[in-house]
Amino acid sequence: MTAQHATSAQAAGTATAPTAMGHSHAHESAQAQVRGAAPYVDDIPETAGTLHAAPVLSPVAHGTLHGLDTSAALALPGVVAVLTASDIPGDPVLAAFTHDEPILASGTVQHVGQVMALVVATTVDIARRAARLVRPHITALPPVLHAREAHKQASYVLPPVHVDRGDAATALARAPHTLSGAFEVGGQEHFYLEGQIAYALPQEQNQWLIHSSTQHPGEAQHWVAHALGLALHQVRVECRRMGGGFGGKETQSGHLAVWAALAAQHTGRPVKMRLDRDDDFLITGKRHPFSYDYTVGFDDQGRLCGLQLTQLSHCGFSADLSGPVSDRAIFHADNAYFLQDVAISSYRCKTNTQSHTAYRGFGGPQGVIAIETILGDVARNLGLDPLAVRLANLYADEPLAQPLPSVSAHNPTPPLRNVTHYGMTLEDNILLPLIAQLADSCSYQKRKADIAAWNAGSPVIQRGLALTPVKFGISFTATLFNQAGALVHVYTDGSVLVNHGGTEMGQGLHTKVAQIVASELGLPLHRVLSSASDTARVPNASATAASSGTDLNGRAAQYAARNVRANLAAFVAGLDGCGAGDVHLVCGTPPGADASAPAVGLVISPTATRLFDDVVHAAYANRIQLWSDGFYRTPKIHYDKTTLTGRPFYYFAYGAACTEVAIDTLTGESRVLAVDILHDVGRSINPALDIGQIEGAFVQGMGWLTTEELVWAAPDAERNAGALLTRAPSTYKIPAAGDVPEHFNVALWHLPNPEDNVGGSKAVGEPPFMLGISVWEALRDAVAQARAKAGLAGPVKLDAPATAERVLWAVQQ
Amino acid sequence: MAPNTPHPHLPETRVLQFVRSGQVQRLGNVPPTRTLLALLRDDLGLTGTKEGCRSGDCGACTVVLGEADGQGGLRYRAVNSCIQLAHAAHGKALWTVEDLAEGNQPHPVQQALVQHHASQCGFCTPGFVLSLFALYQTRLGQSAHTGEPATPVTRDDALHALSGNLCRCTGYRPILDAAQTMLDVPTQTVDEAATVLKLEQISQINEASDDNFVDETRATGYLHPSTLPNLLHARARFPQAQLVAGCTDVGIWVTKLQHAPAQVLDLTRVEELRHIENVAPPHLSPVAPDTAAWLSIGAAVTLTHAFDALVATRPALATFASRFAGLPVRNAGTLGGNVANGSPIGDSMPLLLALGAHVRLMQWGSASKGADTTLNSSAPQAPPLQSRELPLDQFYTGYRQTVMQPAEVLTHILVPPPGPAITPHPDTHTLNGEWLRAYKISKRFEDDISAVCLALRLVLHNGVVAEASIGVGGVAATPVRALQTQAALLGQPWTQATATQAATVLQAEFAPISDMRASAAYRRAMLAALLQRAWAESTGVAHINLEHTSLTDLTQRSPSPLTGATA
Repeated sequence: MTAQHATSAQAAGTATAPTAMGHSHAHESAQAQVRGAAPYVDDIPETAGTLHAAPVLSPVAHGTLHGLDTSAALALPGVVAVLTASDIPGDPVLAAFTHDEPILASGTVQHVGQVMALVVATTVDIARRAARLVRPHITALPPVLHAREAHKQASYVLPPVHVDRGDAATALARAPHTLSGAFEVGGQEHFYLEGQIAYALPQEQNQWLIHSSTQHPGEAQHWVAHALGLALHQVRVECRRMGGGFGGKETQSGHLAVWAALAAQHTGRPVKMRLDRDDDFLITGKRHPFSYDYTVGFDDQGRLCGLQLTQLSHCGFSADLSGPVSDRAIFHADNAYFLQDVAISSYRCKTNTQSHTAYRGFGGPQGVIAIETILGDVARNLGLDPLAVRLANLYADEPLAQPLPSVSAHNPTPPLRNVTHYGMTLEDNILLPLIAQLADSCSYQKRKADIAAWNAGSPVIQRGLALTPVKFGISFTATLFNQAGALVHVYTDGSVLVNHGGTEMGQGLHTKVAQIVASELGLPLHRVLSSASDTARVPNASATAASSGTDLNGRAAQYAARNVRANLAAFVAGLDGCGAGDVHLVCGTPPGADASAPAVGLVISPTATRLFDDVVHAAYANRIQLWSDGFYRTPKIHYDKTTLTGRPFYYFAYGAACTEVAIDTLTGESRVLAVDILHDVGRSINPALDIGQIEGAFVQGMGWLTTEELVWAAPDAERNAGALLTRAPSTYKIPAAGDVPEHFNVALWHLPNPEDNVGGSKAVGEPPFMLGISVWEALRDAVAQARAKAGLAGPVKLDAPATAERVLWAVQQ
Repeated sequence: MAPNTPHPHLPETRVLQFVRSGQVQRLGNVPPTRTLLALLRDDLGLTGTKEGCRSGDCGACTVVLGEADGQGGLRYRAVNSCIQLAHAAHGKALWTVEDLAEGNQPHPVQQALVQHHASQCGFCTPGFVLSLFALYQTRLGQSAHTGEPATPVTRDDALHALSGNLCRCTGYRPILDAAQTMLDVPTQTVDEAATVLKLEQISQINEASDDNFVDETRATGYLHPSTLPNLLHARARFPQAQLVAGCTDVGIWVTKLQHAPAQVLDLTRVEELRHIENVAPPHLSPVAPDTAAWLSIGAAVTLTHAFDALVATRPALATFASRFAGLPVRNAGTLGGNVANGSPIGDSMPLLLALGAHVRLMQWGSASKGADTTLNSSAPQAPPLQSRELPLDQFYTGYRQTVMQPAEVLTHILVPPPGPAITPHPDTHTLNGEWLRAYKISKRFEDDISAVCLALRLVLHNGVVAEASIGVGGVAATPVRALQTQAALLGQPWTQATATQAATVLQAEFAPISDMRASAAYRRAMLAALLQRAWAESTGVAHINLEHTSLTDLTQRSPSPLTGATA
């Protein structure tokens, strides 16, 4: 079994070599990574005098914090300082958007694991040992630990949001069939293999250098400056690479940067702060768990005619990114399906847990899973094939059946079934052909029949099959973030360095950007290097998030390279007396060299072919600018926050997965047996990296819905009420190699992005995560078959993750 | 970073020596609880090895240890450096990710990973490289031994080798592909003979001093005796020393609970405890006068080797063995350590209870005087050693409590031989023979701690239960034997009705608790379900158990019906 590679080497035999774009080049750090020679923040040689900080965690989920007894900690040899909120020179509240999160707890504690103080010591072990000696004085208060309980108490971190189109109530009243239900979907720990870390180094004249494992150096810079009472230009944040991010280092990394910087400022020495894995689990936010209530109306074919959906997002003790995460859950409540008369209510529930945060998909998966679950239920309720019901509900350029008068003036009922519930018209819909191609290639119908026959004769094991699509909106929903900058430097020897505002967390952004720049300048890829993300080079960069890294930064780098290319072309045009448009920069065999010689950069005019390196050298001597900035902002997007309508997304990425599973009806255990994926990345800049993103995202999505269970101790627990009990890889189980099926095929959709995006590509980081929902639906299919065989009536009642225990109860009850 | 100083009165440790990149490395003043990972990263600046979890669960810190195989070559094992104490590497060859490439030429394992795009963020990658390196070298070693080409690596081989390595980025497919092609790249070999020579040099230098701790003034912080008398002597002499036998749990006390004993007593070098032997049945055994040999598993035998020996005569245990932790933990941890540690969720004990295993406990001193005898400063000719053996079900007294005295060491686990495998009688079709099954229920199939573990051994005579031995984990404060259920089975015909009745008894016999792994209700349900599964499997029904890693046959064959099975 090997992944299919969508593109192959282009036709050889011409003078020009394949461009750097469109080929499966190895990750720019692959050789270093396999040799252990790719440094992460903890690998940076420590400056003499470096101290280490460890957090002091609240043992109580909710309470009044009267004070901290730090005497025992301070008495431990090697301890240099213990910092509390009163030691913060700037604002003691983090410079987060909603300004609701204390840097260190003060007055109250709001979750088990909230950081109350920092111990600074000569070694990390001493710091951690001393942190356990700090004695807090806390009067416990009743905690709220579940979103439903918070909703009951109207306890929210942000106001509720409602989106309506058409007239859901009337539609439901007229619907031939209705179903109502409620279910829960759990959160997810990022489990980046490299835990959170920051290393703060005081520089001259009250300037600061922070090495941070972060997806958002600019925000770390902003937060550190705010906490230390400095201007932004005094703080420089650098990140060469992360050992995984997945959204977990979008804001959560900023806390570490602030804590390390505060400790460094307080002691006047460099301070490194690296969280122990268990502390990382206890302190940092996770994917938002969601609770759902719904009533859906549908006709005999399973086509939806009305939907009322309530989403409760379990936000934790502060807002963090819960607003945009919950918004994206609303935007993806449709997934691939037209919702004509719909009412969605979203509540951002405040609970005494970690403050949940960005995680690959950013609310999208929590939106998609609800409608996929509902459609599965509708199909089973009618005795129809779930795929047929899904197809009946797909967005399509078809007229509406019987439009009801719209209740909303700003969000009118559209004439065609191709407008989302937030008023965005699908201009790039490939859902039907994509699903049809996958269903055909994976023999969906035949396997469906084979499985039913097999199940009939199987006493214990029942198999299930599901094919689910994904449609994912690409752009930050906050329009202002959709901008990026880059610098391309061509040195006098013709080598190129590119720097941009994005960060490398393994996704291959630096590789793709280097490919784009190399293509633009007609160079072999090895002539272009990407340098570390650095707030001192490209300022005000957005987070590397929302799958947008290549779209934004790749385009900015392309524009920068294009400027340099234009300078060189104009220079050569002057030499050769031709138009600049007649000068081409291509990668190819040097003139007169053997055809097997390594490809180099060539500058070809109508009258001469020169080596790129020679042209650069001559251009420098003629005082031609050999470097440039590039700036990109995504076109077409707009979004009205008050009406929740507009075009928040530049385009959609599509995909579909067909997954076969088996469950053990005695124990509830399950296995994934086979997976086939067809996914749309437009024209791939690097098929190997894109397939890697698809496979990795799928497996992560599978883990979210199967083995990865977050368990918090109940509010009435004898000990540790509200504490996260699954706080280490011994108890929190991400997928292992053995969980991945041998049959795991990934193919790439063959068409480029119809929107003008870099290289015709599409974003890939998040969309395939939701392909993991096919595992969920396949499990529910298997459970339904087991129930039918046992003569049990009623819908499948299953919450996620579908642990063996939950599957067993769903089969039996 | 300055080395750890966990205890002000710490005795000095002897010079730590290991072979790395063909050279002997000598390190002084390494504290006894310094982990191997801390030594590599903080003391030696070898930052290629990563810290992912500090609990032996993710594999980012995997390194490879090599020891002489006694045949002029080396035996390789991947271990988690984060929970290995640095001194455990003493006298061994050590490879980290920095050691594999030859100059600019990456190792075949590294080449294969790059070719298959098998690293994304790269943080787990060094651990995968080392786990695969151990497999690679083992295959080359076998090839050199047999003169045949190296056996190709199958997907299952790769899964086995990588069972202790987590990757969050790739979804594993490219890593598994790389593993299956790494032997196709032109080979790169380790100079095993030269390494063995260096190991022997270290051994000669240290043999004299290693056991020279009897004089307390010369005792060190890390006691690493090489003989059983010296181990027991040290145990008696230094009862406060932390005894370790693989350190896969104590290592976590060190990293997570700041456990910092001033002195560590490591039994893994004790020659007498490093073997698996056939021995006469213990005198306490009720099965006498059976003359079949028992298996004696020394306390220094790794879980890998112990399970290999058990699976050799009981193939039904293969899957259960492969689901015990991950390979690096099985390569470092010992069966003796797992048993002596006494965790209620240790997976080996329910099995050993079902097998009717015994444990041997030993201590220094003559039986009449007890442990605190007067000792000479030199090892006596005939050391006074006490030994006792008892059935495992008499070993545990409470949560992590055992009958072991402070000076006692669990030295051996004694396992009875298997009975004849279950077969239907040629005429009556009734079943005769031993029926053994061991199951665990966990959230993840690989490398997870069981919510419930059930091991069941029945001996059937003409379809009637003549012996019943059931060990259970996860349902009580200790691993326990299901005595009431055993009684309910004895003398009954082995039928679905009996199994159902026994399942009812089994559910009533324990009062499991709810925790983050499972609810009490689910645990109770599993007791019955697993007994039902054992019955069904004994009737020859296939495809009723998902735990086997290769599932392709499930999608290709029809299930066989439960009805018509022989009872």
